[in-house]
Amino acid sequence: MTSTPHKLWRFNGGLKLPDHKAESTQETVFKAPLAEYLTLPLRQHIGEMAQPVVKAGDKVYKGQIIARCDTYVGAHIHAPTSGRVRGIEEHPVPHPSGLTAPCVVIEVDGDEDWGEHRMPPIEDLQNLDPARLRHRVREGGLVGMGGAAFPSAVKLNPRPQQAIDTLVVNGAECEPYITCDDMLMRTRADAVIQGLLLVKRTLQPRQCLIGIEDNKPEALRAMTEALGGEENDNIRIVALPSIYPAGGERQLIRVLTGREVPSEGLPADVGVVCHNVGTLANIYRAVIRGEPLISRIVTVTGSGVKRPRNLRVPFGTPISHLVAHAGGYSDDVERLIMGGPMMGFALASDQVPIVKGTNCILAARGEEVDPPGPVMPCIRCGECVRVCPANLLPQQLYWFTRARDFDKAQDYSLFDCIECGCCAHVCPSNIPLVQFYRFAKNEIWSQEREKQEADAARVRHEMRQERLAREKREKAERMNRKKQALNDKPAEDKAADTGNDPKKAAIQAALERAQAKKAAQGADTTPPDQGKPPSDTRTQEKTR
Amino acid sequence: MRFKTFTSPHMSPARSVNRVMRQVLYALVPGTVAMAWFFGWGVLVNVLLAVTVALAAEALMLMARRRPVKPFVTDLSAVVAGWLFALAVPPLTPWWITLIGVGFAIVVAKHLYGGLGYNPFNPAMVGYVAVVISFPREMTLWLPPGTLADMAFTLPQTLQVIFLGQLPPGLTWDMITGATPLDRIQTELAMDRSLSDIQASPFFGAVAGRGWEWINLFFLLGGLWLIQRRVITWHVPVAMLGSLALISGLFWLINPEVYASPLFHLFSGAAILGAFFIATDPVSGSTTPMGRLVFGAGVGILAYVIRAWGGYAEGVAFAILLMNMMAPTIDHYTQPRVFGKTPARKEG
Repeated sequence: MTSTPHKLWRFNGGLKLPDHKAESTQETVFKAPLAEYLTLPLRQHIGEMAQPVVKAGDKVYKGQIIARCDTYVGAHIHAPTSGRVRGIEEHPVPHPSGLTAPCVVIEVDGDEDWGEHRMPPIEDLQNLDPARLRHRVREGGLVGMGGAAFPSAVKLNPRPQQAIDTLVVNGAECEPYITCDDMLMRTRADAVIQGLLLVKRTLQPRQCLIGIEDNKPEALRAMTEALGGEENDNIRIVALPSIYPAGGERQLIRVLTGREVPSEGLPADVGVVCHNVGTLANIYRAVIRGEPLISRIVTVTGSGVKRPRNLRVPFGTPISHLVAHAGGYSDDVERLIMGGPMMGFALASDQVPIVKGTNCILAARGEEVDPPGPVMPCIRCGECVRVCPANLLPQQLYWFTRARDFDKAQDYSLFDCIECGCCAHVCPSNIPLVQFYRFAKNEIWSQEREKQEADAARVRHEMRQERLAREKREKAERMNRKKQALNDKPAEDKAADTGNDPKKAAIQAALERAQAKKAAQGADTTPPDQGKPPSDTRTQEKTR
Repeated sequence: MRFKTFTSPHMSPARSVNRVMRQVLYALVPGTVAMAWFFGWGVLVNVLLAVTVALAAEALMLMARRRPVKPFVTDLSAVVAGWLFALAVPPLTPWWITLIGVGFAIVVAKHLYGGLGYNPFNPAMVGYVAVVISFPREMTLWLPPGTLADMAFTLPQTLQVIFLGQLPPGLTWDMITGATPLDRIQTELAMDRSLSDIQASPFFGAVAGRGWEWINLFFLLGGLWLIQRRVITWHVPVAMLGSLALISGLFWLINPEVYASPLFHLFSGAAILGAFFIATDPVSGSTTPMGRLVFGAGVGILAYVIRAWGGYAEGVAFAILLMNMMAPTIDHYTQPRVFGKTPARKEG
């Protein structure tokens, strides 16, 4: 190549891990047959839960929106294939808690019938309006394919003050075992590049950098071929050293651009937007084929399955179905992990569905994932400090968390922990450090929530008090006005009368004198006011 | 089907306390063998005795504290502490001194503070300092290195001396024992002799005490291996030896007749053993990268100050204990800059 090598930066720490990528890259991507039922959780992305727009018994077509999410950070959910809605039911979902959540369950009819639900392809790509692309991405329910499932349209809409000069494409896929991005780049590099060009037109960055870890030579080759060279049209493919977690968004941006995303900020704050390769391919798919996000490539791997491979699966497919198409379990499978071995979570059951963020199903045997041995005391060896990519002091965080000193943990930047697991992996004492940090974060969140709830309750109470006082005041005023009106009316009459009848006037005057006298005796604090009717005083007394 | 659930990460851990300690022990072997070569069987007997006492004390304390015995005894941390103690004391140290020293190290310095991971001071050094200040006479009974000795003790003779306190017939303590090179320089300087005179004696080798040079060289090899195996980081050894070399070099340049050369300081006494094996003790030392540099530099400077102007010829043990006191403070002020945070943020 004619181009000079791209300068790479380093992030602190990280690990060289055995990558275990070869196991699942022996075969090309296989389209998994449809399962009988698809279970689609209403929350599959970061953001608000989607609201179902179908009901039990409805016929749905492939690509039809079955749940809408119209909040800014949200993504619709589409029917992955045609069938009939069995219902909206509570169902176990992929979550570490193992709890259930509302899901739309579709009974698959096997017709793969799109009906009218394929979005019309966008023709004139050269003049594609950014707003139109964003709309398409939003309507397609696209989320980031890297695992966090952040709604993609949001990343195509930087605020005006965030001048985006760099588009970073994440093809690093640094977790061991996972190869879905690798296989996508090998087989659909053109779609990734086309998607990149679309996003490039929208964001108008000065440069695009595609970061791919150097343990994926075939992906690098395929992408270079699709781009027509390592560098083309301000797009550059950069091979990165394989250091976990180089695929973390912040780490990748650091390695490729030398910029550090501020601790409490977003990549856009340093002029960068980062998209995963899978997301780009899906953007292209949504634009030219009009297909919403209804399926993805999932790596099914580990020594716990007989035939590790990558499968393209519709969302909602149960993991057990997927495993069956990866040769089934080996006899001594012990642990089932969604995601990679470093950050994924262990599932108690394989009866949960694949969702938008599922990149890998790792079925592991005992020797692959040693059950943690006895936890020993921290010997302060500092190995965790050495590997922490966020430059934290993991052991200090651990001590503070153990002591439930959450303020101190926050002082030591607990919330900058990305839970990559490097510290726990190297801990000679076998301390489940990440678990401690999650615990601390949860405690802080729940304290915060309690505080917010208490604050809200206090505000509610104060507002109620105020409302009651106001109502009382208003009632009093109303009564006052009424009485005033009642009193004024007879006075007018009286005035009219007294004008005519001196006798009546004399009686009236006498009456008034008597009443005034009575009032003066009754109310010792307030001297009788001649102009005020006595009833008024009583009303005031009541109001007090 | 049901699966076992654990939290991430799920990769098999790369290391264990046992493995870390085992590697430290491997790294101690060359230096220990060299020491035995020059000082005789006593070194090995001391090591065996100290390790046995350490394991016994560890087991007893674990039982007394109602802690599981097996995982802690097999973590080998007590073995490391006993071994280091044995290397610090003279080769013919009576058995009861080892018993007291190692017992104090494990029982008081380690377990009374909470056991593995909780001791603020390096247990081996606490034990050593305890016997140095309690039994000053016994602790100066070093043998001259074997190449100079008129006769080397056999193993039975050695055992007899250590366990029964009986010297072979016809010998007295005065005849067989001598000072360490650092001792010798200190005492003779006090008698107003110049360094060049002192070092002209066959007791001294090319750069330091004869024999000691070799022993330290082998400890250095073991230490470098530990760095290469990533058991320890370079920070403490480099900072400690660097500061010791720097400060001794400075005074040596000012007056080479009174102040020994940097090489002499590095290769006599416990500088290298201390730099790679003792000051790097993670539990009682500093843990941040910058903190380790500060910690190591502090040990080097204090060791020199004690050697040059203090009451003891050797200062490494005291220097390490003094810096142990500082470690938490050093850690507090040397926190690394968190990724994505501006250095200006630092509060309190």
